[in-house]
Amino acid sequence: MNAAVTPPRRHPAGLTAALFRYVLRLGDTSLVLGQRLGEWVGHAPALEEDLGLANLALDLIGQARLFLTYAGELEGRGRDEDALAYGRDAPQFANLALAEQPNGDFGSTIVRQVLLDAWQLEIYEGLASSTDTRLAAIAAKALKETRYHYRFSSGWLVRLGDGTDESHRRAQQGLESLWRFTGELFAADEVEAEISAAGIAPRLESQGQRWSARIDEVLDEATLARPAHQPYAWHGKRGVHTEHLGHLLTEMQHVSRSYPGARW
Amino acid sequence: MSGGEEARIWRLLGAVPDPEIPVVSILDLGIVRYVRREADGRLHVGITPTYLACPATEAIRIAVRDTLDQAGYADAALEAVLSPPWSSDWVTEAGQRKLAAFGIAPPSPQPVCCPRCGSGATERVSEFGSTPCKAHYRCSACLEPFDAFKCI
Repeated sequence: MNAAVTPPRRHPAGLTAALFRYVLRLGDTSLVLGQRLGEWVGHAPALEEDLGLANLALDLIGQARLFLTYAGELEGRGRDEDALAYGRDAPQFANLALAEQPNGDFGSTIVRQVLLDAWQLEIYEGLASSTDTRLAAIAAKALKETRYHYRFSSGWLVRLGDGTDESHRRAQQGLESLWRFTGELFAADEVEAEISAAGIAPRLESQGQRWSARIDEVLDEATLARPAHQPYAWHGKRGVHTEHLGHLLTEMQHVSRSYPGARW
Repeated sequence: MSGGEEARIWRLLGAVPDPEIPVVSILDLGIVRYVRREADGRLHVGITPTYLACPATEAIRIAVRDTLDQAGYADAALEAVLSPPWSSDWVTEAGQRKLAAFGIAPPSPQPVCCPRCGSGATERVSEFGSTPCKAHYRCSACLEPFDAFKCI
């Protein structure tokens, strides 16, 4: 289907290059997180959670398709969503490193989901009124879905944290091991600085304060302790990944790499 | 475009069922945003997805394409409209009635009523159901499980 009702606003060439990288980060984060959640299908603790996690995965892959399609158009080298998803190696992926972290137990998965759902809430709320009409439309749509994602993940975090000794211990453990990857969520580099200076997205730092307050609130309700250690700046969005992404991509890209150009 | 032609196209689209809940049409769901002839002389039809990754979206596009082709509008442009995002408020009254008759509680901000026995004593089992647009409920009166259309 032809996309876009309103013709995309034309940006100067330098800005288009930054916007390509920015949109790629959003798309890759949704794609990689969606792929991770898909690994739970058939393995979740209960049928309802199996369906829930699969629904989240599906929504995230839907977001990724729109972002990657737009990124490909901005890049202008003829790469579509599939070429970007299946034709790049780990160092070319620009997702947040948090998204690629292994599922671990259900508690770890929920912690990762709360941290990233809350991140997407801030990012999409900011982008919903973007001067870039294409991004604004995708973000406004994704925001509606992210709201119930956060309801799901934060509800479970409270249930686990404020549950049994064992569920509390596991949720806290997941939080301790994943917290270090939150440093890059709201640390702007030159790409995000350029995007916010151009008025396309709000400043990342101000959004980070709201994220932090939201996380404090849910951790408090879940009787979990915010880790004392400072998160270090990991640079998944700059293509520096943990080893886990390579394994994820090997599986995700297997068919398209084994049978290049294969069609249904 | 003449009023008669426009009405005819809306009628044609009203016969395209939702592939996953075939008792409702794509018009009942409120996902056809416009039908109009534009300056290029072609017919333009705007369709919005209910959920970003709803697998039915592609099947709907193919069904609408087929319908328009057969009606002599092979050059019609199908456009994906994202903004404003679809809301369950756009499900028509007829659509709500058909959903309820089919055993799916229509989208409602009020407590969800059981589509089988009508009781308001229901509980949500999970916010996620068999398709992106539905949640999973259970009736506390007749004890039957049922699907409810999510409010979004």
